[in-house]
Amino acid sequence: MHPIVRTILQRLGLGLVTLFVVSLILFSSIEFLPGDFGEAVLGQAALPETVAAFRKELGLDLPVHERYLDWLGGMLTGDMGNSFSGRGAGGGQDRSRAVIDLLAPRLANTLFLASMAAIISVPLALFLGITAALYRGSIYDRLVNACTLTTISFPEFFVAYILILIFSSFNQIFPSLANISPDATFWERVYLSALPAMTLTLVIVAHMMRMTRAAIISLMASPYIEMAELKGASKSEIILKHALPNAWAPIVTVIAFNLAYLVVGVVVVEVVFVYPGVGQLMVDAVRTRDVPVVQGCAMIFAATYILLNLFADVIAIITNPRLLHPR
Amino acid sequence: MNSMNTDNDKEEDISSSETAELADQGYSAAGEVGMIKSRRTFRENVWRGLKSAPPTALFGLTVITIYAFFAIFAGFLAPYGEAEIFDLSYAPWDDQFMFGTDQLGRDVLSRLIYGARNTVGIAFVTTLFAFTIGGGLGITAAINNNGWLDNLLSRSVDVLMAIPSLIFALILLSMFGATTLNLIIIIAVLDSTRVFRIARAVSLNVVVMDYVEAARLRGEKLMWILWREILPNIMPPLVAEFGLRFCFVFLTIAALSFLGVGIQPPTADWGSMVRETAGLIQFAKYDLTAAMTPMLPAAAIALLTVAVNFVVDWFLHKSSGLKD
Repeated sequence: MHPIVRTILQRLGLGLVTLFVVSLILFSSIEFLPGDFGEAVLGQAALPETVAAFRKELGLDLPVHERYLDWLGGMLTGDMGNSFSGRGAGGGQDRSRAVIDLLAPRLANTLFLASMAAIISVPLALFLGITAALYRGSIYDRLVNACTLTTISFPEFFVAYILILIFSSFNQIFPSLANISPDATFWERVYLSALPAMTLTLVIVAHMMRMTRAAIISLMASPYIEMAELKGASKSEIILKHALPNAWAPIVTVIAFNLAYLVVGVVVVEVVFVYPGVGQLMVDAVRTRDVPVVQGCAMIFAATYILLNLFADVIAIITNPRLLHPR
Repeated sequence: MNSMNTDNDKEEDISSSETAELADQGYSAAGEVGMIKSRRTFRENVWRGLKSAPPTALFGLTVITIYAFFAIFAGFLAPYGEAEIFDLSYAPWDDQFMFGTDQLGRDVLSRLIYGARNTVGIAFVTTLFAFTIGGGLGITAAINNNGWLDNLLSRSVDVLMAIPSLIFALILLSMFGATTLNLIIIIAVLDSTRVFRIARAVSLNVVVMDYVEAARLRGEKLMWILWREILPNIMPPLVAEFGLRFCFVFLTIAALSFLGVGIQPPTADWGSMVRETAGLIQFAKYDLTAAMTPMLPAAAIALLTVAVNFVVDWFLHKSSGLKD
């Protein structure tokens, strides 16, 4: 087998194993609930029959492996069960909602925010990183470096509140609460999510720019670049013909890695701006220990993160000339 | 500065008296070889290191010292108790309450000082814990290079590291409940995977040394090899990693507390302080000091992280011998 195919298959296998482990951990989270959680969810006044019916709905009377397969099948087909909250509503009624109904509109919002941040930050970070590497040691390089090192050290919510202070409290340019209604138009959405997207951009650009700069600098130090310089190639020729073909792998890895980071960074930012996304839903569910909702949200976050990292790995393998043409 | 000068003078005195003696006796090669060289003491080494430190590192060290001072003597320095409630919520900044009070009427300055103890202390304990687990397992895996234990540990760490740690922490907190003890254990275990990687990687270069082989042949136990043969030789990279890991743990705990699932009230903690008073930012135009109330703990977190990063940068630079 071609070594590249084997490496890619290995990576895919590792990704699948990881997803499997995540699903096992998520599934077992229901096992760790205290024994009386039926009463806790349904309220003190719940009849014993209601509690028994609730336990049966969760399938607690079945053996573990059957329940796991059933649960996994549900996850894959979009049936993630019903949330715990609302179960104990008055009159013995069940006002809980399907997790997928809670999740779907919020997922769209989160993806919108993440892609908005990505569209701004990726070109900006690449530009800053490449120019900082080219003018290495200059005042510009030092300035960009100092700024990014500071933003990396700041907690996300600090960056967010500084932006709110500047753009919302002192100058009322953007709203500090991103309460997007479902029927908002595209530009309304962009306007409302301006500050959350700016926060994410600042955090991501710092990481991405530093990694891009490091990748280019280590590349420019390699002997074949020096050779090209010595034989008199122009600066643009060196970058376009010699450096860039080899820089794609690290750069694409950097981008995918940071998009994966974006998926996670979204949680804190969503809570700061009360942005109706998956992150906020998950944090609320963790606080009330609403296990089905946590399972659904966590599965989406983990799957996106793992797939993006896998994508980055595969791109890095494919664009590596040494692996493409083995001796 | 004074003590440094006297140290230097002493050194010069010794060396000049030695040269004078040599001149008296006339030069002999055997004499020079046989002369006992005075080694620098630990204190002199520290001074030499500090003298050559860049201003950013000195700034970082100063900040860390101040934080440690406040954390250790929180009980004496804070004007009021950690959870002491006055019936004046959102009091303005004045003589009685230097930074005002929060939504329940607790003194913000006192909570900031206690926060230094709680937030930094918990992050420090968690990092230590993560290093004990990750470092111990990492070195053990390196000793057992390519054995079943090494493979098992390395593959499970691969899988655990593929899950975003904030999300993983949230899952585990929802499973076991959000208490401070659970928080410490969960973050320590999640973070020990990163420590495992670096500890295993650096000790792989040491386990092949002859003296480790010799220790094994004379029948030393695992703990001896780990503690006396390998650990002293991998200290510099581990210390630098400790700084970086501390920053990461500190920021994660702050983020979780900010989300309301980390350190629980009434324990004073910077992350939850930001969350509780965040609404005041809206009034920045009318009362700037009120808007600063949530910014103070956030800035405290940021300042410590920047300081630790500066020191780690300098340390890495020194131990790697880079002159770039």
